[in-house]
Amino acid sequence: MTKLNSKIPSGPLAEKWTKYKDTANLVNPANKKKLDVIVVGTGLAGASAASSLGELGYQVKNFCYQDSSRRAHSVAAQGGINAAKNYRNDGDSIYHLFYDMIKGGDYRAREANVYRAAQVSNDVIDHFTAIGVPFARDYGGNLDNRSFGGVQVSRTFYAKGLTGQQCLLGTYSSLNRQINKGMVTMYPRQEMLDLVVIDGKARGIITRNLITGEIERHSAHAVVLATGGYGTIYYLSTLAVNSNPSAAWKAHKKGAYFANPSFVQIHPTSIPQLNDFQAKLTLMSESLRNDGRIWVPKAKGDKRHANTIPNEERDYFLERRYPAFGNLVPRDVASRAAKERCDAGYGVSDTGLAVNLDFRDAIQKQGKKAIESKYGNLFEMYETITGTSPYDEPMRIYPAGHYTMGGLWVDYELMTTVPGLYAIGESNFSDHGANRLGASSLMQTSGDGYFILPYTIANYLSDEIRTPRISTDLKEFEEAEKEVMNQLEKLISIKGTKSATSFHRKLGKIMWDYCGMSRNEEGLNKARVMVKKLKEDFYKDLMVPGGLNELNQELEKAGRVADYFDVADLMITDALNRTESCGAHFREESQTEEGEAKRNDADFMYVAAWEYNSSKQIHQLHKEDLKYEEVEVKVRSYK
Amino acid sequence: MRVKLKIWRQKDANSKGAFVNYDFDGASPEMSFLEMLDALNTRLIEKGEDPIAFDSDCREGICGACGMYINGYPHGPVKGITTCHLSMRYFKDGQNIVVEPWRSKAFPVIRDLIVDRNSFDKIQVAGGFISTNVGSAPDSHAIPVIKEKSDHSFDSAICIGCGACVAACKNASAMLFVSAKVSQYAQIPQGKIEAKERVEAMIQKMDELGFGNCTNTGACEAQCPKEISVINIARMNREFYVAKIS
Repeated sequence: MTKLNSKIPSGPLAEKWTKYKDTANLVNPANKKKLDVIVVGTGLAGASAASSLGELGYQVKNFCYQDSSRRAHSVAAQGGINAAKNYRNDGDSIYHLFYDMIKGGDYRAREANVYRAAQVSNDVIDHFTAIGVPFARDYGGNLDNRSFGGVQVSRTFYAKGLTGQQCLLGTYSSLNRQINKGMVTMYPRQEMLDLVVIDGKARGIITRNLITGEIERHSAHAVVLATGGYGTIYYLSTLAVNSNPSAAWKAHKKGAYFANPSFVQIHPTSIPQLNDFQAKLTLMSESLRNDGRIWVPKAKGDKRHANTIPNEERDYFLERRYPAFGNLVPRDVASRAAKERCDAGYGVSDTGLAVNLDFRDAIQKQGKKAIESKYGNLFEMYETITGTSPYDEPMRIYPAGHYTMGGLWVDYELMTTVPGLYAIGESNFSDHGANRLGASSLMQTSGDGYFILPYTIANYLSDEIRTPRISTDLKEFEEAEKEVMNQLEKLISIKGTKSATSFHRKLGKIMWDYCGMSRNEEGLNKARVMVKKLKEDFYKDLMVPGGLNELNQELEKAGRVADYFDVADLMITDALNRTESCGAHFREESQTEEGEAKRNDADFMYVAAWEYNSSKQIHQLHKEDLKYEEVEVKVRSYK
Repeated sequence: MRVKLKIWRQKDANSKGAFVNYDFDGASPEMSFLEMLDALNTRLIEKGEDPIAFDSDCREGICGACGMYINGYPHGPVKGITTCHLSMRYFKDGQNIVVEPWRSKAFPVIRDLIVDRNSFDKIQVAGGFISTNVGSAPDSHAIPVIKEKSDHSFDSAICIGCGACVAACKNASAMLFVSAKVSQYAQIPQGKIEAKERVEAMIQKMDELGFGNCTNTGACEAQCPKEISVINIARMNREFYVAKIS
């Protein structure tokens, strides 16, 4: 079994990153010009990495499947971005941010990586401010903060409910500046369909031009994946409809280990499903829980209008179960609590799959105007979709698949197990353990791209300065391209009767039912058989109209769905292996009498990194033991 | 519910397009307009026919990918929303619905309802940024910004780059789009340093790419899904004059 080397620098936690930077190799400016780097993805991670590498002088090629880099799904993040600025004087510090993330992640994240993410968080905010991101300000002209789940300080910077959009457009502007200077070449409407590995190193990618259908070869000295997560495995999720894990999955099949795939965050506050043809679920920001109170009726099946139910007949179940954190418990805890009430028959709406998020008390206390200034655009969005106004009656919300803590395994340098292949942002596994706290995704993903990767990639590229530009005529490119063509031809020639989406929808239902908010051995085994059967049907009955050499959205979808089956299987494998409950991973066999998650540190305090064995077509487990040197490992309680 | 759709179909940029009629009885008032098209596409796919191609991604009104003319309005007849947020409850059973791609020379059709909006990126590349390298920023509180200015900057910054303003304009002018970016930076101290170069470069690029001049009719603001104000255009004009005389 290969030993995983996480390459964590020695020394005290607070000095590790400084020590790393002081001793890492550098690349001189003349040599940077001769080095090519491919960055796949243009979200906060990809665009910040591509622009930073461009600023440094590398030749960068940046790819995205969207028509413009500005549309990557970071754009949809709403509530905010964390930093340990302590501008509120409320006792915050880098250590507190670090500690909250370790605890929030239920002691399944790597200490050194999390501490570094907290360290660079302040630089991220300063950089965004400097490039014109209009964060909310107070009347003194300084930046404002709000509070998010799982913490007891106000460290979240925000731009109304559009923080992700504003941060992403900030990185987009940095990226445009480097395109202007000729340092970054942008390849929109291109989808990565394979990774090219030469002599054990990542050397390029195969892409499909989504307009012409042409298969293209692109080479580089290093490849950076910033391709997001796999939350669309549930079909209905808060992600963009085209978000997909295929790029990461192709890299996995070429040797990159996949870590903790079963760790998926189900966000507690999404607008519930309204119809059978629904394409996605819309998130309502966690920030709403600052002022909104979550409740269901005390009586089972109480169908009265929410406004007519008096206080004493309401069950504010989060406040009841978790008095210390109340409505601001972390997402995994809030989601499970909502599911528990709905499963027990107390849910609201026709389906019974919803709980109330009520602003009545906040509006009474603070006035409608104050609430409008904080959440106006979210309220409008809710009304647009549902036709009811949260100013007049409670929002109805239900959990939805949202974020994947699992992802490609990376070491301290954010390098995968394939030398020269990096994974940043949501596509890696490193910083959030078994559950992510709100507003720490924008923080981590920008930190990776702006302040971490530019240093660590230099340490690798310093050994590549004598490697001339890589030719795309090499046999490895030819083979990878052939493999891609074979798969596309296979998909288009099935000519069955069902759309790719119809299979995706079925897969999503299986995963939501058996590998979602709560899992058990029997269900997981059942799901595995169902996924296998569905995959067989897919290859028999898929219908992809049109041809290969044209814009063909059904072909794009089919390729992604083909990969989802395999991702689903690995998620199930991982969920079966981890018989403990931790963070978002709730194994029903492992819970306390009160129904809280029960961790098993003796047997599971490790990162499960799965290797794909291509000759045997099986997955092998590698364990990276987690050591907590700084933090005392405790039972995670928000009571 | 049943809708009578008349949708623009065009194989690619070089082919001639035409309207095709679809009598579709599989809609429901809870569906979004795009989900209705998804449902129609599912039927076409199952018959082995090419589905109607359209761009969409986040489906929550923020990425700017979707956009089409619906019954003569960009993003449809409801004010202040994107196509993906348009609900079928705004349509009547049996209603005729005409669907077309954005109509502008600067946005050539790629296929069906998909257009090429790359020219928007080109304008941003020309000058839509603040030249600060990573690592050189001072503490965020080193430069206080007047709240009112900061809020206005935010109001300009929420443009999603969908292209509805251009599609709505008789002159296919991109003035609202360009001015939103110019205004965002013009109102905060960080953006002032390059204000002159920025406005000149962006306007020059906008002209080069074939976008028309402002008509002063305000169709752009009326159709903008984010309701971005034409005040931004006034502000950009002012920035432009200042740049030219300074």
